[in-house]
Amino acid sequence: MGSLESKIPSGPLAEKWTKHKNDIDLVNPANKRNIDVIVVGTGLAGGAAAATLAELGYNVKTFCYQDSPRRAHSIAAQGGINASKNYQGDGDSDYRLFYDTVKGGDYRSREANVYRLAEVSGNIIDQCVAQGVPFAREYGGLLDNRSFGGVLVSRTFYAKGQTGQQLLLGAYSAMNRQINRGKIKSYTRHEMLDLVLIDGKARGIIARDLVTGEIERHSGHAVVLATGGYGNVFFLSTNAMGSNVTAAWRAHRRGAYFANPCYTQIHPTCIPVSGDHQSKLTLMSESLRNDGRIWVPKRLEDAQAIREGKLKPTELTEDERDYYLERRYPAFGNLVPRDVASRAAKERCDAGFGVNKTGEAVYLDFAAAIQRYGKEKALTSGIKDPDKGTLTQLGEEVIEAKYGNLFQMYEKIVDENPYKTPMMIYPAVHYTMGGLWVDYNLQTTIKGCYCAGEANFSDHGANRLGASALMQGLADGYFVLPYTIGDYLSDDIRTGPISTDSPEFEATEKEVLERINKLMNTNGTHSVDYYHKKLGKIMWNKCGMSRNAEDLKSAIDEIAELRKDFWENVKIPGEEGQFNQELEKAGRVADFLELGELFAKDALQRNESCGGHFREEYQTPEGEALRDDENFKYAAAWEFKGAPSEAVMHKEELVFENIELKTRSYK
Amino acid sequence: MNLVLKIWRQENAEAKGKMVEYPMSNVEGDMSFLEMLDVLNEDLINKGEEPVAFDHDCREGICGTCSLMINGEPHGPDRLITTCQLHMRKFSDGDTIVIEPFRATAFPIIKDLVVDRNALERIQQAGGFISVNTSGNTVDANAIPIAKDKADEAMDAATCIGCGACVAACKNASAMLFTSAKVSQFALLPQGRVEATDRVMNMVRQMDLEGFGNCTNTGACEVECPKGISLENIARMNREYMSAIVKG
Repeated sequence: MGSLESKIPSGPLAEKWTKHKNDIDLVNPANKRNIDVIVVGTGLAGGAAAATLAELGYNVKTFCYQDSPRRAHSIAAQGGINASKNYQGDGDSDYRLFYDTVKGGDYRSREANVYRLAEVSGNIIDQCVAQGVPFAREYGGLLDNRSFGGVLVSRTFYAKGQTGQQLLLGAYSAMNRQINRGKIKSYTRHEMLDLVLIDGKARGIIARDLVTGEIERHSGHAVVLATGGYGNVFFLSTNAMGSNVTAAWRAHRRGAYFANPCYTQIHPTCIPVSGDHQSKLTLMSESLRNDGRIWVPKRLEDAQAIREGKLKPTELTEDERDYYLERRYPAFGNLVPRDVASRAAKERCDAGFGVNKTGEAVYLDFAAAIQRYGKEKALTSGIKDPDKGTLTQLGEEVIEAKYGNLFQMYEKIVDENPYKTPMMIYPAVHYTMGGLWVDYNLQTTIKGCYCAGEANFSDHGANRLGASALMQGLADGYFVLPYTIGDYLSDDIRTGPISTDSPEFEATEKEVLERINKLMNTNGTHSVDYYHKKLGKIMWNKCGMSRNAEDLKSAIDEIAELRKDFWENVKIPGEEGQFNQELEKAGRVADFLELGELFAKDALQRNESCGGHFREEYQTPEGEALRDDENFKYAAAWEFKGAPSEAVMHKEELVFENIELKTRSYK
Repeated sequence: MNLVLKIWRQENAEAKGKMVEYPMSNVEGDMSFLEMLDVLNEDLINKGEEPVAFDHDCREGICGTCSLMINGEPHGPDRLITTCQLHMRKFSDGDTIVIEPFRATAFPIIKDLVVDRNALERIQQAGGFISVNTSGNTVDANAIPIAKDKADEAMDAATCIGCGACVAACKNASAMLFTSAKVSQFALLPQGRVEATDRVMNMVRQMDLEGFGNCTNTGACEVECPKGISLENIARMNREYMSAIVKG
């Protein structure tokens, strides 16, 4: 089963998508009514796909573990969404967005997919505005933009610091229109626990009703997985508590290849860990780097005094501060890509310049921006010769209008006023570029099983640029998948409804029940969280911001051992036939314990540094990532063979016809 | 600090619930309220008891999943935040904290502190959308200029996270603040005006069908709303509704 045919259309880059749309088979409207599609996950990719498929005429069933589709974790995206509209007239184009994304991904993504993404990006903004998404506007009534890391133009559209929320509410409203018409049946508080294959094709899922504990069979002619990333394998991440890999992992175990699991994005600006009770980490949007300057003290003794509470950051003069991003990367400064910014923060903290109690934090400072905005505001308000207090007040008002909700969030968590004293930030796990391998049509190596959004591996290579996750989720969901899936479904117009009484459904359901029984009857001594935290520590220490062969090898052994212990000693209270949050977590952690091992194995085979994957053995004398295009210019797609240790790697060679491979430089 | 928690425990929708007392020691001020409950649950599991069920997901105040009545207030004593953003530094050593689910006829209890808020979803499904196809073949986004103040007002209404605190805070268990925020977001934008009449009629009809109470202008909803959704939205929805009735 399975092959790595990428199915990239022939022809010039800019014409591939149009040509492909003209070439693929369509399903006529009357026949669409006889075809059922299952969509698992209702974030931007799943919600948009469900709405569009239903609108086209297919019968759609959506599944989400949350109590409402609109609570999917896309909702937490703060900063914005990229599109090559060139509204600012600063030289943006589809090509430039494509180029920035491939370069930002450190030349480890597929050219044709990325170009398509850039090509449809403008449509996303048109679509969202038509749906009533309240993007930020300028006084003239037109849309406003801001800048994000790794690019030299302003192409990011935003809705305050709640862009993901507004885009998801837009997709959800499109879903609601179809739920109202009876074209989408929405199953909330339902979790997919396995994929059902009939004659090698995905034909349904086994799901658990999380309220009643009942195991249900659902059939469809195709299954779309839009179930997000697996950052929670680290336990502490910016993901929602419930975000998990189970749907993708179950599909992987049934034959879908898992690509580049080691590509993880560690986001540079998150609120630092405060103690052992910590359950998750909170992101401070990358948009803050438009105006915030990142620094640590120049002198070790100052850093130490700050850690001991004897010195305040505001007492240090400009000369005593090291704006290390501006120093190391003058061209991009504080707006270098996330992987670069994160490593630079780690480097300073490891060298002893960290500024919080644990020594794992750097400053993000708005004092300069407050003064700059204050001056501008004073001029436009006609205030002559304002004093410093007035300038500060005016400047703070501007900052509040731009980032108010983020500043409030920070103050609530840290109990410090970020208008008056610099924020403390540290990198945290945020996004996973790896995911299920898909071809140009977003089909996995299982026929009829599609994968969209963060859950697939396709567009971001080894590092994702800021404000591109929302773009990819909506591009996949609204504009790519609904077309490409038709090509597959055109063979199914005579199939008729898929029965759930087949031996395949029976057998898969039996396996699901056996697994649940095994979990419930272990009756051990440790909670699920006990194991999840242990796994997280191994992942963060040995597969985190920087990795080396020795650590990765020991991580593989430790994770395998921990998994064995989990299955012998985990303790789950309550019953399976009821609302049981511990049982839900147990199933997810069991899958993380398998994925974690594959993750380390993937990181170990990639003997190079690229994007978010930094191997200590492969770096330049200046400490920058050292790529090896000769040997590693491929996507690693893993085939499941009974256990992570047995997984077999298949390579998809990446072909670059339109971009010259260069060392990524932001200096 | 040491605390006493009084928590509503209820096996399932049909079971009879009761308050149960749990002493807590060594609670740190830097813990979030939900992290404090995590610690309690870890203890309960280790003792072989069932942990307290509560809803939560993003833990950064945006998904709207977490709820809880804390000492009689939805999302607790702090203002403009959700329960997941509430930190224990807001409490003092020796405090007794009463934790209950959001209570309303339209929000049946699932287990312990978890309630079913699907009634809010059905209100949105009845009309909370603009009927435009997702083909992307619409006009250019900048072809519809919208005055900044209108766009900002629509955004303020759109920040509603649908948590249901307004319903829980209201002595009538009214969903007017929630429904009016959704109606307002679209009513304030030119794209949404086209269907404004049908939308408000359909959404209000569904709201009444779900068994939510009426609004008597006490304003408790606005005070407790974690996103600061304004009462002005209710006034706007009433205007929209009246004009829809007149138009027939």
